[in-house]
Amino acid sequence: MKDTGPETFLRFDNVKKSYDQKNLVVKGFDMDVRDGEFITLLGPSGSGKTTVLMMLAGFESVTSGDIAIAGKSINKTAPNKRNIGMVFQNYALFPHMTVAENLAYPLKVRKLPKAQVRDRVAEYLDLVELSEFGDRRPGQLSGGQRQRVALARAMIFEPTLILMDEPLGALDKNLREQMQFEITRLHKQMGFTVIYVTHDQTEALSMSSRIAVFNDGIVQQCAPPAELYEHPANAFVAEFIGENNFIPGTVITRDATSAKVQTDGGTIVAQAAEGLTEGSACRVSIRPEKLFIPPTNHDYDNALTVRFNTRIYVGDFIRYYFKLTDGTDIIVKVLNDLSAPDFDNGAEAQLLWLASDCIAFPAG
Amino acid sequence: MTTAPHRLDPADARNAAREVRKRRLQAFLFVVPLLIFIVFAFVAPITTMLFRSVHNPTVANLVPDTLAALDDWSGETTPDETVLIQFASDMKRMANDRTSGQLADEINRALPGMSSVVKSTARSLRRVEDTEIAANGASLLLEANDRWADPATWHALRSAGQVYSSSYYLTSVDLERKADGSIAQRDTQIYVKLYIKTLRMALIITVLTIVLGYPLAFFMAQASDGLANFLMVFVLLPFWTSLLVRTTAWIALLQTNGVVNSTLMAIGVIDQPLELLYTEFSTIIAMTHILLPFMVLPLYAVMRGIDQSFMRAAISMGSRPLGAWYRIFLPMSLPGLSAGALLVFIISVGYYITPALVGGTDGQMISNIIAFHMQQSNNWELAAALGSLLLVLILLLYWLFDRLVGADNIKLG
Repeated sequence: MKDTGPETFLRFDNVKKSYDQKNLVVKGFDMDVRDGEFITLLGPSGSGKTTVLMMLAGFESVTSGDIAIAGKSINKTAPNKRNIGMVFQNYALFPHMTVAENLAYPLKVRKLPKAQVRDRVAEYLDLVELSEFGDRRPGQLSGGQRQRVALARAMIFEPTLILMDEPLGALDKNLREQMQFEITRLHKQMGFTVIYVTHDQTEALSMSSRIAVFNDGIVQQCAPPAELYEHPANAFVAEFIGENNFIPGTVITRDATSAKVQTDGGTIVAQAAEGLTEGSACRVSIRPEKLFIPPTNHDYDNALTVRFNTRIYVGDFIRYYFKLTDGTDIIVKVLNDLSAPDFDNGAEAQLLWLASDCIAFPAG
Repeated sequence: MTTAPHRLDPADARNAAREVRKRRLQAFLFVVPLLIFIVFAFVAPITTMLFRSVHNPTVANLVPDTLAALDDWSGETTPDETVLIQFASDMKRMANDRTSGQLADEINRALPGMSSVVKSTARSLRRVEDTEIAANGASLLLEANDRWADPATWHALRSAGQVYSSSYYLTSVDLERKADGSIAQRDTQIYVKLYIKTLRMALIITVLTIVLGYPLAFFMAQASDGLANFLMVFVLLPFWTSLLVRTTAWIALLQTNGVVNSTLMAIGVIDQPLELLYTEFSTIIAMTHILLPFMVLPLYAVMRGIDQSFMRAAISMGSRPLGAWYRIFLPMSLPGLSAGALLVFIISVGYYITPALVGGTDGQMISNIIAFHMQQSNNWELAAALGSLLLVLILLLYWLFDRLVGADNIKLG
């Protein structure tokens, strides 16, 4: 086992999980979480992220490996003794209790004196701005209000760690943004550590200190949001996080950081990802907002000729659909201002971009 | 912005009302077949039964003139000659119509032992001339049997002759109306005891099905779909086999030389075979088995709807699993539990076939007595009164349940 650093609060050490004794759902998960961090486990459904959360909460056993909080293994600790707060997608508010009774539940279980329970409940209702709603039943609240009650209930017994399992999945878009803000505020204010599971990348990017991208039981990359977006470690992350175009090609030459790639439309220069070898097939990823259509005064290293297909008016920006000579679709996002050009159907156009904005990944 | 008027104009209101009427008619048409069926198959029989329990015109139809003559009778001595003569002539007519047997049965219910008296009197008066009866009817009657001199006999006739009477209800609660009109306990106490026993057995059966069914339903609700469906087949299996077969299987198990006794004797636990069959025990155990699905199904349906995140949330907040179950899961599964308990209890209160087959005399329930009065003693009126009382009892229990638990706390799925 590695030395536990002084600032490491929660550590996953080669954690594996199998349900059927044949296949691993989680294939060796390693992670060190510092106190107060907001960690998001992001991945498509069935990628193992919820399983990791359930193992941490104690509702699933760990097949092998170790989970430790503050240096102590919790593998054998009963879930009710772990002191971990949890927020569920369906909120799991007890329908036969009022909001105040829901909040009081963890305190009553801990046998706190009545007066203290009452004060704490009032304090936390105030914290989530629901002071007026203590006597209501969860069924009488809106989705956002229920979510706030669920948050307050997970925080009220002052756990050191709060787990959130797709907590905003059931809310509509506006409310979801509002709640993201709310969760971020509470996290900053109270300073607890959060492990957050979602399949929504916007949510992950806007809230997290670090994001662990899961696929097929393996963490593909664990990094802060900006790094994840700007420097994806592999083609899966590049494709999963945000929108991306992929241009197929062959590596002509590569040095330490960059590679020259031959495509059907010409030669382009890109950053070289790990595992890229000269002469092999590759895919060059480039974000739609990093592509420019001339006339433009942006700098550029690469230029490709494309054929205009269609454009979609989205509002704040316009999406252009082009085709490369080999038929690959290329999407370009242009801000909806005076520079957004018009094209005739099938017209030829140039796309320009910087070498530092595109990455060549090994194909396959 | 333009503002549109909020009120409907008369034409709009007419259209809206027509729409509502049409929808109501449609809804009504959907249930018409069932409604007709229920009226013929349920409402009508129940009403007939309730009516029968207080209405018995047999005697009044057989001897209307005698009963009319008895109106003036003081009730303390033998009725005067005109009544006796009238009755003698009625008896002769009935003897020739072969309806005297009916009268014998009816009076015998009011006063045991009268059946043979009526029948022998009818025989002796059958061949007597009408003129002879008109002249000497009274003495002929008294000669045929001296019980016709006893006022009690005539009280019995008079009370049997009432078209509407509460006597069957009084009998069902072990009471009777004395000659002076007061209400007193009957000598034989059968029915109240039987009602209490029936309720007690139903309660035991309900508790047993909860004890057996709740953990099973809980497990099934947590299990994977495949396993839950597999187990569900076993729960439903009793429904797919004939009730008679299931009950007879219990006979095979429990009888003196049955599986249970011979096994226990073979392993040396007992020397003498236990009296298992034809007892209260056998009725309870067989009915628990038969009614278990009625408990498991609503429980399972409700529990299946309770997401496991509720229990997990409670446990993550520090509750022990048992505490979380008691404080969170049990209240949430209560609607299923209420529905199952009510279903099992009400079905077992009115259960007939299993007690009849495996109950012996010890394990009889109220339904068996009702059946006895309908099939053997031919006392439909008493059977109807007992049945109506059972219905009232169940409604009373339901009302009590509604007060305690709340009827909207019942959920079948």
